[in-house]
Amino acid sequence: MASLKYTDQHEWVAVDGDTATVGITDYAQGQLGDVVFVELPDEGKSFAMGDQAAVVESVKAAAEVYAPISGEIVEVNEALNGKPELVNEDAIGDGWFFKISIDDETELDSLMDEKEYREFVKGLG
Amino acid sequence: MRYLPLTDEDRTSMLATVGVESVDALYRGVPKAALLDRPVDLPPHGGEIEVERRICALAAQNIGASTAPFFLGAGNYFHHIPATVDHLIQRSEYLTSYTPYQPEISQGTLQALFEFQTQVALITGMEIANASMYDGATACAEAAMMACRVTRRHRVVLSGGLHPHYRDVTATNVKFMSLDISALAPDANGTEDAAVTIDDHTACVVVQNPDVFGRVRDYSNLGAACRAKGALLVVVVTEIVSLGALMPPGDMGADIVAAEGQSLGNPMSFGGPHVGLFAVREKFLRQMPGRLCGETVDTDGKRGWVLTLSTREQHIRREKATSNICTNSGLCALAFTIHLTLLGEAGFTRLAAINHARASTLAKKLGAVPGVVLLNETFFNEFTLRLPRPASPIVDTLAARGILAGVPVVRLFPDQRDLANLLLVSATEMTTDDDMDRLVAALGEVLK
Amino acid sequence: MTDVVTLTGNRGLDLEEKLIFEQDKAGRTAVDLPEPERHDNRLGPARRTRPIGLPGLSEPQVVRHYVRMSRNNYAIDAGIYPLGSCTMKHNPRLNEKMARQPGLADIHPLQPQGTVQGAFALMHELAHWLAELTGMPAVALSPAAGAHGELTGLMAIRSALEARGDARRVVLVPESAHGTNPASAHMCGYEIESVAATARGRVDLAAMKARLAPDVAAVMITNPNTCGLFEDDMAEISAAVHAAGAFVYCDGANFNAIVGRVRPGDLGIDAMHLNLHKTFSTPHGGGGPGAGPVTLSKALAPFAPLPYVVREGEGFRLVEQAGETGAHPYGRMKGFHGQFGVFVRALSYMMSMGSDGLRQASADAVLNANYLRARLQGTMSLSYEGPCMHEVLFDDHFLADTGVSTLDFAKAMIDEGVHPMTMYFPLIVHGAFLIEPTETEGRASLDLLADLMLGLAKRAKAKEVAFFKDSPKLAPRRRLDETRAARNPVLRWMPPAPKAAAE
Ligand SMILES: Cc1ncc(COP(=O)(O)O)c(C=O)c1O
Repeated sequence: MASLKYTDQHEWVAVDGDTATVGITDYAQGQLGDVVFVELPDEGKSFAMGDQAAVVESVKAAAEVYAPISGEIVEVNEALNGKPELVNEDAIGDGWFFKISIDDETELDSLMDEKEYREFVKGLG
Repeated sequence: MRYLPLTDEDRTSMLATVGVESVDALYRGVPKAALLDRPVDLPPHGGEIEVERRICALAAQNIGASTAPFFLGAGNYFHHIPATVDHLIQRSEYLTSYTPYQPEISQGTLQALFEFQTQVALITGMEIANASMYDGATACAEAAMMACRVTRRHRVVLSGGLHPHYRDVTATNVKFMSLDISALAPDANGTEDAAVTIDDHTACVVVQNPDVFGRVRDYSNLGAACRAKGALLVVVVTEIVSLGALMPPGDMGADIVAAEGQSLGNPMSFGGPHVGLFAVREKFLRQMPGRLCGETVDTDGKRGWVLTLSTREQHIRREKATSNICTNSGLCALAFTIHLTLLGEAGFTRLAAINHARASTLAKKLGAVPGVVLLNETFFNEFTLRLPRPASPIVDTLAARGILAGVPVVRLFPDQRDLANLLLVSATEMTTDDDMDRLVAALGEVLK
Repeated sequence: MTDVVTLTGNRGLDLEEKLIFEQDKAGRTAVDLPEPERHDNRLGPARRTRPIGLPGLSEPQVVRHYVRMSRNNYAIDAGIYPLGSCTMKHNPRLNEKMARQPGLADIHPLQPQGTVQGAFALMHELAHWLAELTGMPAVALSPAAGAHGELTGLMAIRSALEARGDARRVVLVPESAHGTNPASAHMCGYEIESVAATARGRVDLAAMKARLAPDVAAVMITNPNTCGLFEDDMAEISAAVHAAGAFVYCDGANFNAIVGRVRPGDLGIDAMHLNLHKTFSTPHGGGGPGAGPVTLSKALAPFAPLPYVVREGEGFRLVEQAGETGAHPYGRMKGFHGQFGVFVRALSYMMSMGSDGLRQASADAVLNANYLRARLQGTMSLSYEGPCMHEVLFDDHFLADTGVSTLDFAKAMIDEGVHPMTMYFPLIVHGAFLIEPTETEGRASLDLLADLMLGLAKRAKAKEVAFFKDSPKLAPRRRLDETRAARNPVLRWMPPAPKAAAE
């Protein structure tokens, strides 16, 4: 997979042509614990960067997942409906949440790269 | 003071352990001016004998249903409660436990809730039910709010057959929520067609069955009309015993059922505490308010129950929760489920049949009183009469003769002077032939 | 002992019990009812035509069912139940007896008012006690529980503001608040902004003052707060809030610490709910019912919801509709007149305790919590220094690097035969242990709790991780799989699927 970008909300973004695949990071799934439910956005829905796009729930917590960039949802990971544990098992692979069109490529520049994100997480203690 | 185990000696030595001179030192954060140095101006403590005397003296000023021919309903019914119910709900383990936050030592409450949820789903004909709401009226308000979340629409239509307290509680609850309530005019004649009121903004239509005037309807067509326009059908039931004889709301296409469960296991108790029932189609599960009990296994693989799907609730989701409800009606739900378990299919349907039979007999007798007209084509255990004169003074006159004759419709719809002559009358398994004869005779005399 | 295997799955007095649906025999019932008389059927076309599916049991089976299940519950009647924020005090049986009196249990809310004067007198008397104890002039009795009271009080605030032409937009809620506070403010149409706590576990007065502006409608303060501490700046908070044209809502869940000693009205509170099922001893019943009357300041009194009782001549009158002079009720919060059966119990308790007893009760509740604090604070990590009110808050720092969590610790307490404290609330400290013994625990039971917690802390510090992770071992169930329950919700019993027809 191409190199990943990260948000400070612990989402990862993988760019593939004019769409980006989005999920939550391994760190985020570890903090949440067993994921029991993911509420995915409707396909075709548009979001501005930073809008709430999905919700991921464990037994005792619910976390919002924000659109890391502006765009339209082109596909969602239906597999999560029956198997939310995919988020725990393979957060940056089979546990992806949605694919979103890239409306403004410059937004990607504001995201962290792998190394920056690792530093960021370390800073959280 | 009989509820306080500490002795003065305990207090002194405990203060020493804490390292302060007096309890006042523990209140040192309280501004001096606000710290009372003597008891507030209320009576001092009383023993059991004294408290019993004082409260029983108040009780004695009331006329209770067990001492008078009694015909009131309107969402609160006088039914028999088997002795077993009251005995079991007073067991310490049920009465004096908290919400089952530690499931390993709360399986009794949890298993009962799981059975309760199943029973509620069965009698309403719905897929799932929650672990209770405060009462029918607040359940109705929650149903309206939930329908708005599910449909992402903002208009709620309330039928004119809905109990006015339910209408008002719903309207008040959403008052500051930028939702839009369309309450239809009181439907005393049963001519309302709520389907024509559905538009593209309508989240739900809320109807009651039997309605507040006692009429029974099949709302299947309304359900279909709602579906066709993307709105939900909410069915309210204020007399849950009716479901032993009537088509369940689920079979009519209800999406949400909000009901009052008082009639099973719970005394009228002047209107509360009662138990709100809340049942929905499974696809709306995540938008449901209130607690849910679910089945699972323990680490030994044994079946057990836990509170589940809590991410909908306030303690996790805070302002994004589906509702602010926390404490619900646990013990009233337990009384409900025990009563329904005692009844079983045979007993529940028999109880409903008796209620209908008693009401049918009473309707015939009252309808024969000169000047009295029975308005209902259909009813379960409650119906509306048109009297030749305003009902309220007649009810007061009958009360003075020791007969609690029913609910004047204007008590429910105070602005509706045109309904002044209507009287809502109910009969249950508690109503005897003698009660009926006394009412019929007294009403005949008063109307002469 | 734990690995004894029995044939039945029972373990002595610890009994397994099937679901009622698994004990069904068609046609059986535990209630003998007569045949209905001959009558005209007036049900119309919407009569039931299919079976319901309810199980049939006899009376002895039903009695056993609920008795056997009950034995799987812990209860206050059986031992200390130190759930912080819940005030699990003794529930006197006199209260139950009173609520069941004929003339109270068997009256209907819509009877002619002349036939229920005793009930109105009782409601009026209860309101009088609550008004005296809080130092606030008006009481809205109808809310069904604390959360419902919050909404009721906030709606009064919003109505008062709207009457001024100024609804405002924001409610300030300290980050330590109970989840019902922001949830209720949201239902009242407000945005919620969080106010930080100080290092002393109190509302940050400076931060709050800085945020007070014309868009703030109210602040919601819990006092004593959810950390078990008195908000010592309360009077100043109220003054600042009032100066900004806003109102002070107080979550009165912790009133047990101050009842009879401090009147919230004297601290400038405008609206406060009282959980009768906490402070005034009415039973929690495994989750309810409760009652959450709201006391109101002079400024808010005219906006109380319907219905309410007023004295009139020798008697009482229930006001059920708008139109009284000087009153601007904003609507109705609950069917009928509120949780009357809970009112009876609470009044029975108050009359039993009296003004002297209530004052002693709060002192004992506070002393008991401080005694536990004194005994535990050398070993466990006290979150905030200094005396506490009726509950004491520890966090999980003392468990750092042990591999044992607050949850594990709680589960080990279960094996010791006590109910654990409140865990993970409030959210502002890590791995909270919120302990509220109440005044109805004696010295011996406090010592038992302290001793066992100290003993467990020692084992935790010795890193006996497996011991904790395996707990509880002696309860009716071991740890339950909550992930499974949430991933595949099974919320009702379903008849077993019919066996696939033989080919
Ligand atoms: C601090 C606090 N506020 C509010 C509530 C809500 O009260 P209730 O459960 O009666 O709705 C609770 C109790 O659960 C509480 O502890």
